[in-house]
Amino acid sequence: MLRAILGLFAILLVAPIVPGIANRVKSALTGRRGAPVLQLYADLWKLWRKGVVYSPTTSIVFRLGPAVLAATTVLATCLLPLDGATSLVGFTGDLVAFAGLLALGRFMLVLAALDTGSSFEGMGASREVTIAAFAEPALILCFTVLAMATGRLQLQDMLGPPLAQAWLAAAPSLLLGAASLFVLSLAEACRVPVDDPLTHLELTMIHEVMVLDHSGPDLALVLYAGALKMTLFGSLIVRVLVASVAVPAPVALVLLLGGLALYGALVGTVESGMARLRMNRVPQILVAASAIAGFGLILLLK
Amino acid sequence: MHSFHELILLLVVLSDFWVLGTTRLSSTIRATAIQGVLLAALPIALYLHPSVHLIGLALGTFLVKAVVLPYFLTRAIREAAVRREIEPLIGFTASLMLGAAAVALSFAIAPRLELGSIPSAMLVPVALATVIIGLIVLTTRNKALTQVVGYLILENGIYIFGLTQAERVPFLVELGVLLDVFAGVFIMGIVVFHINRAFDSLDSALLTELKD
Amino acid sequence: MLLLGLILLPAAAGLLATFLRSVRSRVAVLVGVASLHVVGTAWLWWAHDVSALGGWLAVDALGRIVLSVVSLVFLAVAVYAIGFLAAQQAKGRRLFIRCLLAFLSAASLVSLAHHLALVWIGMEATTLALAPLVFFKRDRRSLEAAWKYLVLSSVGIALALLGTFFLAAAQVDGRPLILEDLILGAATLRPGLLHAAFVFLLVGYGTKMGLAPLHSWKPDTYGEAPSLVAGLMAGALTSCAFLGLARTTEVMAAAHQTAFIQPPLLALGLASLIISAGFMIGQADLKRLLAYSSVEHMGLLAIALGIGGAGTYGAALHLLNNGLIKTVMFLAVGNVVMLSGTSEASATRGLLRRAPITGALLVAGLFAVTGSPPFGLFVSEFTILGAAFHEGLVWLAVVVLALLAVIFVGMARMILGVAYGRADADAPRLVETFPLVAGSVLLGGLVLMLGLYIPSPLHDSLAEAARALGGGAP
Repeated sequence: MLRAILGLFAILLVAPIVPGIANRVKSALTGRRGAPVLQLYADLWKLWRKGVVYSPTTSIVFRLGPAVLAATTVLATCLLPLDGATSLVGFTGDLVAFAGLLALGRFMLVLAALDTGSSFEGMGASREVTIAAFAEPALILCFTVLAMATGRLQLQDMLGPPLAQAWLAAAPSLLLGAASLFVLSLAEACRVPVDDPLTHLELTMIHEVMVLDHSGPDLALVLYAGALKMTLFGSLIVRVLVASVAVPAPVALVLLLGGLALYGALVGTVESGMARLRMNRVPQILVAASAIAGFGLILLLK
Repeated sequence: MHSFHELILLLVVLSDFWVLGTTRLSSTIRATAIQGVLLAALPIALYLHPSVHLIGLALGTFLVKAVVLPYFLTRAIREAAVRREIEPLIGFTASLMLGAAAVALSFAIAPRLELGSIPSAMLVPVALATVIIGLIVLTTRNKALTQVVGYLILENGIYIFGLTQAERVPFLVELGVLLDVFAGVFIMGIVVFHINRAFDSLDSALLTELKD
Repeated sequence: MLLLGLILLPAAAGLLATFLRSVRSRVAVLVGVASLHVVGTAWLWWAHDVSALGGWLAVDALGRIVLSVVSLVFLAVAVYAIGFLAAQQAKGRRLFIRCLLAFLSAASLVSLAHHLALVWIGMEATTLALAPLVFFKRDRRSLEAAWKYLVLSSVGIALALLGTFFLAAAQVDGRPLILEDLILGAATLRPGLLHAAFVFLLVGYGTKMGLAPLHSWKPDTYGEAPSLVAGLMAGALTSCAFLGLARTTEVMAAAHQTAFIQPPLLALGLASLIISAGFMIGQADLKRLLAYSSVEHMGLLAIALGIGGAGTYGAALHLLNNGLIKTVMFLAVGNVVMLSGTSEASATRGLLRRAPITGALLVAGLFAVTGSPPFGLFVSEFTILGAAFHEGLVWLAVVVLALLAVIFVGMARMILGVAYGRADADAPRLVETFPLVAGSVLLGGLVLMLGLYIPSPLHDSLAEAARALGGGAP
């Protein structure tokens, strides 16, 4: 239990570094110096101390959005076995709760965006939901691959020791699942090629445009939840891949943190290599991710 | 238990998906070249003690499918000045979904075919899926060059299926090379006559007849 | 030795023709080889049980019938080529004769091969040999036609190869893919793979035959190719493709799978009849009309195979009749094109007065091709419909009859308009030289003879072919 709490805090603490690494690697690969890796901490601290401005047209929904988003994302983190063996909270079928919590956070954020009554936010919300409609089936498919491979329905087992066994029998499927998760993580973390976190042109933004009206601590929560979500997906991928070697729990946690750094670097490399896709091509790569996971599933079924 | 050939077959299916999902022609050609390399490695990976015949097959496949045809396809792109598939009959997302359905269908059908002893259980489903995906590309894309790529994928699927019989019936798989002759003719047509789009029907009267 | 000669002689002659400088000598080689081929083929009707290359090549009843069609059609086309090439510019002549001879070689291989992979190789070679000839006119339209022909045929050929692989996989013992061993060991073939093999071979060779809905290359190709090439395709190439399908049917019949093959054969056959009937009405071009007529007759052949019983006898006879009469029709239309410069029906009127023999051949051909007595096609279509009644497929016979009636109206309206009609007084006349009509008259005479009297060796052969296809003589 203590180890699990320790793991949770470690992840909550390092979450803002992961996008920092990605941005720094991207800058370096495109020949710039870029912002410091720890930049997001400074941003969060600055925002936290600022006041909040609420438009008179908004209601309580707008104020709830960021809080619920942050809370659900942290709760989802509790479901993952970060030390490789046990998760803080776990029950049979908690993989659905994981997907549901993330969906709930996104739902509240979308509602908050719609609550502003601005056409920009509305457009961003519609795009976010379009992407979610393709991303969520892909996530469930990836989880199904893990569940089929391990024969378990609890994240703690699906990503824990039984997974190490599954690697011996179903390596191709798990590799496909991890590949699918990676594409999915780019969409969920709003990175290139799905979304561009650096753009500030309203017409091309997806996630950013949705949160334009948030300010101060609210914006800090949104930014933090975004970083945490990226870390969550990174952890999922790292856990799936790292599980192939069985190690004691403290080492597993170190491996996880190291893996997250690598994941951030990989995302940065991908970003430096390609441009954001046109909006109508985004569903396509998510369908491709689903197809890859589905293929992994087929391999398990045969 | 998961051996090298299963990994190869897996990558073959992924390269099929790659072709289904990309608009850039140079990228689809790269996918076929990679598929050619995979197919050349396949006979050696399948049979642990390959005969001279199989090694020759692998070398020939590598030469034709991974070197010669991709090279000429790349030349054809330059000659015909086409870069992207712009208006496929079925959207890329939909064709990816079709491709996924094809893979599922192939894995569902393959066990019913009761083949005797074959070197890998994945061989037949991957062959069927590749054939179907080749047909999908062939029928839903408008650019002549993409259709050639689709045809090559179809051919590759047939080649994979032929490998199940490679030991029993000598020189059957090699017949697939004769199909490459067609591919060669198509590429030649594109280079010499600058055929850019595939043709629709010649008969405009026929189109009006179809309407009523 | 004879079998190898039938295949290799045309190929060697094709090479020789490359080195001959004068057109006259090249055409002489063409006609000479065609005549020798006919003699060799005729010899096969007396020399029984010939085989070569350890059973890879052999003669059986069906193969002999197809080879005879190929050989006769080719002779007629070769003689016609004398007149045709005389009227053309020098461009492309050398390639022309080489491709024709290569086709003869490949078609002979298809007819004689008893190794199904060899059948496939021959089929691919026939496709490739005729492709340059479709592009004979060197213009945009013919390029388009050649492209479509190649794309669709190549897919068909590829699927046929897959079907052949499946057949090899279905076989448990015996020499792989040798027809006799497949039939002998039919009981041990694995049914799942056998079914898959049949489906792929049906689609593959069906594309080459031009069965609807895989026929879309046919009107364009026949419309753009020179008439004698179109005649060769409609007469000989489709017969070879049918032989590919028939070989498969032989194996399926031996494995007692007739219940499995009947529905797809009938479905494709009926679709071909319906589509050809629909597109013949209101057709404006003679060659496209004949192309749809070819689709129709391929459909009839598929239906005949599907019916089984005496239908198979009808199929073998119909194959012979259709191959001969289609060439007659296309060569006659070739003369029309020579006269008017186009195959559009509206451009030509009063053909019977301006080119009497061609006109007469066209009108006679119209009645023959639509299955009117006293021509051979009446007998074969009657046999097929009779078999349908006999096998309890009355609805099928009724539907086919109705469609044949529609087709008759569609063809008659157009061809009679060309043959009669009122021509301008000063409209040019065609000098019908011997090469331009001799082949057509010969083949037309044979079709007429087959309607009145079937010689007993031929009857025996047809009955033997029918038995191999799982049926029998009526």
